[in-house]
Amino acid sequence: MAALTLRNIHKRYGGVHIIKGVDLDIADGEFVVFVGPSGCGKSTLLRMIAGLEEISEGDLAIGGTRVNDTPPAERGIAMVFQSYALYPHMSVRDNMGFALRLAKVPDAQIKAKVDRAAQLLHLDQLLERKPAALSGGQRQRVAIGRAIVREPKVFLFDEPLSNLDASLRVQMRIEIARMHERLGATMIYVTHDQVEAMTMADKIVVLQGGVVEQVGSPLELYHHPRNRFVAGFIGSPKMNFLACTVRALGAQGVSVELPGGSRVTVPVDTAGVQPGQPLTLGVRPEHLVEGERAGSGTLNGQVLVVERLGGSTFLYVDVNGETLTLQVDGNSRTGVDDRVAIAVDGAVCQLFDATGVALTRHDRHPLADLGRHRAA
Amino acid sequence: MRANNTLRTTVLGWAVALLMFFPIGWMALTAFKTELQAVSTPPVLFFKPTLENFAAVFERGDYLKFTLNSVLVSFGSTFLALALAVPAAYRMVFHPTPRTGSTLLWMLSTKMMPPVGVLVPIYLLFRDAGLLDTVTGLVIVYALMNLPIVVWMLYTYFKDVPREILEAGRVDGASAWQEVQILLLPLAWPGIASTGLLNVILAWNEAFWSLNLTTSKAAPLTAFIAAFSSPEGLFWAKLSAASLLAIAPILVVGWFSQKQLVRGLTFGAVK
Repeated sequence: MAALTLRNIHKRYGGVHIIKGVDLDIADGEFVVFVGPSGCGKSTLLRMIAGLEEISEGDLAIGGTRVNDTPPAERGIAMVFQSYALYPHMSVRDNMGFALRLAKVPDAQIKAKVDRAAQLLHLDQLLERKPAALSGGQRQRVAIGRAIVREPKVFLFDEPLSNLDASLRVQMRIEIARMHERLGATMIYVTHDQVEAMTMADKIVVLQGGVVEQVGSPLELYHHPRNRFVAGFIGSPKMNFLACTVRALGAQGVSVELPGGSRVTVPVDTAGVQPGQPLTLGVRPEHLVEGERAGSGTLNGQVLVVERLGGSTFLYVDVNGETLTLQVDGNSRTGVDDRVAIAVDGAVCQLFDATGVALTRHDRHPLADLGRHRAA
Repeated sequence: MRANNTLRTTVLGWAVALLMFFPIGWMALTAFKTELQAVSTPPVLFFKPTLENFAAVFERGDYLKFTLNSVLVSFGSTFLALALAVPAAYRMVFHPTPRTGSTLLWMLSTKMMPPVGVLVPIYLLFRDAGLLDTVTGLVIVYALMNLPIVVWMLYTYFKDVPREILEAGRVDGASAWQEVQILLLPLAWPGIASTGLLNVILAWNEAFWSLNLTTSKAAPLTAFIAAFSSPEGLFWAKLSAASLLAIAPILVVGWFSQKQLVRGLTFGAVK
């Protein structure tokens, strides 16, 4: 009973319009990630759901009840802050039990709940310590424990891992995902890190400039980005964009000419496309292949930089003045200044019109609607 | 080069410190001289100390009563000022409005007016309200006099408390009052303590209002000192003895809270 609906939500502060009409449905138990570049309004949106920012216009409902004017504590939410925001003068136990103490829950019950949460998060040995005596990862756990103890209907996370080092971040990411699995609560998670978004979300909400650019499952956003912004934001390294020109239209899709003269056919709707029209071709680094291949378009260029990660290697190649990124096998021997041919398979490319909107693909990717569990 | 600089800083530091301390040191010396030695030229540096001035001072006025008034007035006004300023500063720091900045400036601007400019209206108000020569009256006037400074100081100290901590409290179900009481006050404690101490010192040393609004019942130590500079003439030695007695309690308080005060005043700088 903790679905959320946002209807035409606006936020204005002074003369600045920060959130420009957000409509969103979040199902009960869903893990939703708000992602976008800094200043896109994702944290503001989360704080509005939490009740820490007023909603200038629109309706917010949690569990079917409009909560625009409900104080944070009565919304059934708990929030984990980027800076942890622990109470520095209280022990871990008091931090975690604070909300229950304010709600006048009997001491024995508070103790039981805090102990259970502490065990879950491996904090049982640290309960009497003050936050200053904890490491960053431990503080993060306390902040999460403080949220769990309240048994909220909705968990809100505001960039909770950005103050942790890389390995701890991966570990906490996994712990939060498992916690979601175990508690089954609705979770809304804000991050600027698209890897966190891809790995944790049931549903990703991509925001830019206070507007929702696209909502969908991670693989839907990866395979069917609605526009150039989403295509560039989701996926790492970033998608390559190449200027191209429409040469032919057919049942197979749109045939475009690449820089250097070779052609590829992208399986997208031809509606509204004219031969001779300039478009932008988007292709992910992992979809480009070194060498020439029958049935694929070919680009020729010179290698500028080679990054060897062991398992895979990134090649940065200059093609007619544009830098393209390729992800190739870790055993590739290609070096700096080598001239390389790059095969472009039209089937995995995207086409964007002059306004940046993606042309609709003929087929839907088989995994675009895959849920967390195979059965779903 | 570096050693040279250190030497210069040290010499300069001592010179400034001695210069500032000189009047107080001289006053302390004079308090133990006879009236004759006190006014002799050239000034006497070596003399046989006497306690006769202190005896005279104690004989002439009820030192303890004045001290009690000073304590009541300075601590009372400090509590009143803090009680008014804590909610004000909380609101301005954590729930600012577009006008908060100008409100702060306006509050400070009231300190720029000379107090004598409002003496007559306040005197008349106090007369009609029966507050003349009462401790309550002085408490009110001192609290209001220092309120802008107290709000400003608390404002800067509260600014150093991460707002997320209070927001976490709000999400946890704390009321505005609980946010202040359970979270803000303990976290800003060093700042509040030094603000309070400064307010106590300012109120303790205040003379203008105490001389004009009190006669005998509620007169604090500043009025006690002033009594030695009139009508029979200036008695330097007794005046010095009275002054020394007046600043003694606050010196003791200042000495013991020195550490706290310094910590509070540099709270924002070092974090």
